[in-house]
Amino acid sequence: MRQIDNADVTPGSGGFAAQVADTVARVVSNDWVNAEYKLIVLDAPGLAASAEAGQFFNIECPVVGEDKPFFRRPMSTYAADPETGRVEFLYKVAGAGTRGLASLISGGTTRILGPLGVGFTLPDDVRSIVVLGRGVGLATLAPLAEMARDRGVAVTAIVSARGPEQILSVERFRAAGAKVEIVLDSDGTSAMTNVEAILRRLHAEGRADGFYTCGSNRLMLLMQKLAAELDVFGEVAMEQQMACGLGMCFCCVRNFTVEGETISKRVCWDGPVFALSEATSW
Amino acid sequence: MVDLKVDMGRGLVLANPVMPASGTFAEGLAKVVDLNGLGALVTKTITAELRGGNPTPRVAEVGNGMLNSIGIPSKGIDQFLDEALPFYRRFSSPLIVSISAPTVDDFGRAAARLNVEGIAGIEANISCPNIEEDGKAFAMRPQTTEQAVSAMRKVTDLPLWAKLTPNTGDIASVARAAEAAGADGLVVANTILAMTIDIETMRPTLGNVMGGLSGPAVKPIALRMTYQCARAVDIPVIGCGGIASAEDAVEFLLAGARAVQVGTATFTRPGTMDEVIAGITEYCRRKGFNAVAELGAALNADMLAPDVMEAAQ
Repeated sequence: MRQIDNADVTPGSGGFAAQVADTVARVVSNDWVNAEYKLIVLDAPGLAASAEAGQFFNIECPVVGEDKPFFRRPMSTYAADPETGRVEFLYKVAGAGTRGLASLISGGTTRILGPLGVGFTLPDDVRSIVVLGRGVGLATLAPLAEMARDRGVAVTAIVSARGPEQILSVERFRAAGAKVEIVLDSDGTSAMTNVEAILRRLHAEGRADGFYTCGSNRLMLLMQKLAAELDVFGEVAMEQQMACGLGMCFCCVRNFTVEGETISKRVCWDGPVFALSEATSW
Repeated sequence: MVDLKVDMGRGLVLANPVMPASGTFAEGLAKVVDLNGLGALVTKTITAELRGGNPTPRVAEVGNGMLNSIGIPSKGIDQFLDEALPFYRRFSSPLIVSISAPTVDDFGRAAARLNVEGIAGIEANISCPNIEEDGKAFAMRPQTTEQAVSAMRKVTDLPLWAKLTPNTGDIASVARAAEAAGADGLVVANTILAMTIDIETMRPTLGNVMGGLSGPAVKPIALRMTYQCARAVDIPVIGCGGIASAEDAVEFLLAGARAVQVGTATFTRPGTMDEVIAGITEYCRRKGFNAVAELGAALNADMLAPDVMEAAQ
């Protein structure tokens, strides 16, 4: 039986070199980070651990009791380190798939297909970026902050949440050298007018020649409007229900505006990271 | 050494009997699986006209299966010939191009455009709506099946497979009609028309209301239809429906299928086809078969006459 486990080259196939592996990953830990989210750390050496910021995996979620997830669940990479061979995902426990994933304990295994999709880009002339996210979208943006740091690009992270208990990824952003601005529903600071004022201030201060967002339609639309007005490079990481993750089933399509035309693209294959200017409201 | 070759007729011999089901395979699988190891490659369905596909949500999970209403998005035959075909020509596995059309004449016109180097055969998706017959799928009835297959047979010498729909009351008669019209093989079968409703929102789960059911949930039905068709015709039958393991594939081969297609399983385990090929080989070795082609005559059953079998439904 031919298996593609932790191997860059499938054995016995005459030099076929896989670009995506269906890795049997071993659970190192799977702990709650707050009341809703868990962080799973997996031992997944080889191709999986080479994932870049913005790329994702399609994860097999165990069947537990009444929960019988049929498809895998796509999740953006929270961390991937080729040196340690570890891959991490931050996920909200919300449905049959994520409840199954939450049941995994240290030493258990599951299959992760990846790295998949097109990740974030940092053009050479972008020297300081703003990442703006909410909810699990912050997990997608955290590796981007580290990628920016490694290239000497300054990062400001605007972290939006319902209240102080829902704040995610702040330590990751700070560890990557990012300046963090927290905006909350509970004190009204997450209002669009305030977030817009912060973005305009950062741009006026010369701290925003790249805009990146994930996790909120309203925040995306705000950043898109300002990026167009201020002529700032921008990207958005999109979510959509998926089945295969490899561009084959065409279920994860969304509409994009490209040169004035509405075009359907596959989030898993053409993205999940897209030009901010092409995104449409979801 | 088990001989995995299967003869599909009209000069088409596959290195092994395992191939993707149309709609579940595209260029992306080449990143994970060595496509040269597959018996054939079967494209997503291509239409002459541009098609955007159905509104989202396009898929839903059901118990042990998948409901989809993708809607055959297609960039047209020109784009396929210019952009996709060169990609597939990099691989040694024979390329079967799935086509569909809204009328009998359009099926003929589409088939005529595929007499091109690099295309090894045509799979006609006649499970789609016929706009001249009130939207009923061509393969729901023998007469419209015969008309569509005849229109293609007139214009191509390529191996021509008809993909039948399970949404018919008499699949054996449809199979015989396709054979009589000159089909070289039958793919049995497409998805089963189905629907689900979200009782909280009180809306159909799919954007298109109804869709096609596939995956392990449909396997016994597809297997029964494969058996009925294999007994009804002399041309090869390609079994398709819920195959997720070598054991599943062997069931279809024992039921009389010459080859099998793996579809939905590739979405959940992209390496499934490789595992099926290896597992069929192992099964033949364990059971003492020298060639996979021997499985077609190996079923132990007190055979019912086909007409009795159909009446039993």
